[in-house]
Amino acid sequence: MTVSRFRTIILIVAAIVSLAGLADATYLSVQALTGETLGCGGSPDCFRVLGSSYARVGGIPVALFGVLAYFSVFTFATFAAFGYMRARLFLILTVGAMFLATLWFLYVQAFLLHAYCRYCLFSAATTFLLAGLIIALPPVHERSVS
Amino acid sequence: MKRYLPFVIVAVAALATLGSGAILYRAKRPQVLSIPENEVLGKSDTESAHIRGNPNAPVTLEEYGDFQCPPCGMFAAFAGQLEKEYDSRLRVVFRNFPLSGHAHAREAAIAAEAAGLQGHFWEMHDVLYREQEVWSKAPNVRELFESYAGTIGLDLDKFRKDMDGEQAKARVDADRKRGESLGIQTTPTLFINNQPVDQKDRNPEGIHAEINAALEKKRQT
Repeated sequence: MTVSRFRTIILIVAAIVSLAGLADATYLSVQALTGETLGCGGSPDCFRVLGSSYARVGGIPVALFGVLAYFSVFTFATFAAFGYMRARLFLILTVGAMFLATLWFLYVQAFLLHAYCRYCLFSAATTFLLAGLIIALPPVHERSVS
Repeated sequence: MKRYLPFVIVAVAALATLGSGAILYRAKRPQVLSIPENEVLGKSDTESAHIRGNPNAPVTLEEYGDFQCPPCGMFAAFAGQLEKEYDSRLRVVFRNFPLSGHAHAREAAIAAEAAGLQGHFWEMHDVLYREQEVWSKAPNVRELFESYAGTIGLDLDKFRKDMDGEQAKARVDADRKRGESLGIQTTPTLFINNQPVDQKDRNPEGIHAEINAALEKKRQT
């Protein structure tokens, strides 16, 4: 397998993984917008997490930022797979920012709220997987479409 | 063609996300609820309401709850904190709204009402929520409910008789019917001074803010 092919496969996998994160974040956003923080799939811990002040930034549910982030990852990964160099750089920056945000949200759940929301944990796992894929992404040496 | 392919893929993903989000939102969007003037607590239906706290409190928090619903269990603990925090300024009202999807919810509601017939509704209410995880998975809930009745000091023979009788069932059905007439579909559904708590405010901060606003409104009138 050539390096170029390996890179394309990783980017396609990243795009697919980001779709899983996008679905999760979309569900959480709808939950937040309809006010179903108490429902949350039947888990009482979600009430503490999604109903807390950490679940919103300036009144906007953080899940909505998640939708934006995962959709950006999907877009950049797709364009990067088609050889767009700048998309690759944006992909790395976006996943890096998401990784840091995920660490913060895990800290909040573990040490401040003492409760875990399984949808948030799924999102964290998705982001960690994306970060792993980005680390595994081979560097580009040849010129591609920009 | 290949040049446009990534744009097409991203556009399809965007449309799919927006579409599924919109469908989900429409499905979960709450209906506007309000308690009609003639059904306001204290005017026509006081006798069937279970009230905890100061009966003359300026703020009434009314809950339509299902004993088998985990968020209701979580809310019950939170309501306890609110009662302590607001003390004589808040009264809490509970109404049964057993959801059909919960196998033991109706029987639990009947058990609470049967305990209520001996003047111990709230004790059974608290035990049912505290032990929710246990009885929710039990094959024979009746045995467990009887053990709870024994724990809170009920007359067991009367409790068994009331569980099978019509009075407790009728009260559960009346609450459920009242809730349905208000358009309630999910639990817990909350009202503060007969005004529905907005879906987005059904969290600790939102509920605090609503109670404080209701207190402030009472102070001004």
